Amino acid sequence: MLCKTLSLAIMDAPYESANSTAALRIIHSALNQDHNVDIFAYEGAVNLTMKEQAPHANSIKGTTVEQENHPTTKDWIAALFQLAREKGVTLNWINCGLCVDERGAGNWIDGVQRGGPADFITSVENSDAVLVIPTR
Amino acid sequence: MKVLNIVETAYRATLEEQDDTILWLSQSFQNAGGDISVLLKGNAVNYLVKDQTPFNLHFGDWPQTKPPELDRDLEKMIAKNIRIYAIAEDIQDRALPQERLIDGVSLIKKDQIVDLFEQFAHVWYW
Repeated sequence: MLCKTLSLAIMDAPYESANSTAALRIIHSALNQDHNVDIFAYEGAVNLTMKEQAPHANSIKGTTVEQENHPTTKDWIAALFQLAREKGVTLNWINCGLCVDERGAGNWIDGVQRGGPADFITSVENSDAVLVIPTR
Repeated sequence: MKVLNIVETAYRATLEEQDDTILWLSQSFQNAGGDISVLLKGNAVNYLVKDQTPFNLHFGDWPQTKPPELDRDLEKMIAKNIRIYAIAEDIQDRALPQERLIDGVSLIKKDQIVDLFEQFAHVWYW
């Protein structure tokens, strides 16, 4: 299959909406089918990649951290970067710099870059398909 | 302190959280001494369907081993004396068959909601 490039703009913060998981599933699927993916993380979505995210136990279920295996979006996204490397395709993840600054959310996992809306426009111009997943 | 938590937004980040956050919070409030009840309305009535099996979620090599189990969470809440209400019309509108719903839920009609609210000191619409 010919390698194509998909651009996604996402807005939702982690742990707030099914949109985040849906977006990451789309990214996984595209990478897994040998396509490049460009992400523009806008507003709350810049928190998806924060390095300090930590799993927790569940006191209501009585499970430990290990038993609960609580997911963090930064681990999910780190796995997507790894998948891209294994597949030999590109996952280009841009966090909106202004959104980062206003949230103090600048410590990210490896692979994430700072950028802005202009990067998304450039990405769109060079992409085969574009998907915007806004906050509702 | 009698509290009614209303849950309407369904499956909101449940895959990330492994729970519905308000069902979880309701149990935490109950453990802290609150007398908590929950009213499921709108799409949240689908939480009542038994044996929900969330798909095998994974990203790259990351597998999620503990998916949310919302029907079983509700059953556990009922066992902890957290009363669960649901809007009967919302169940009917979605054609959810009664035999597929968990037991122990109190169904009320929309025109009974005000009377239900009167039973609580606080009604929190999440």
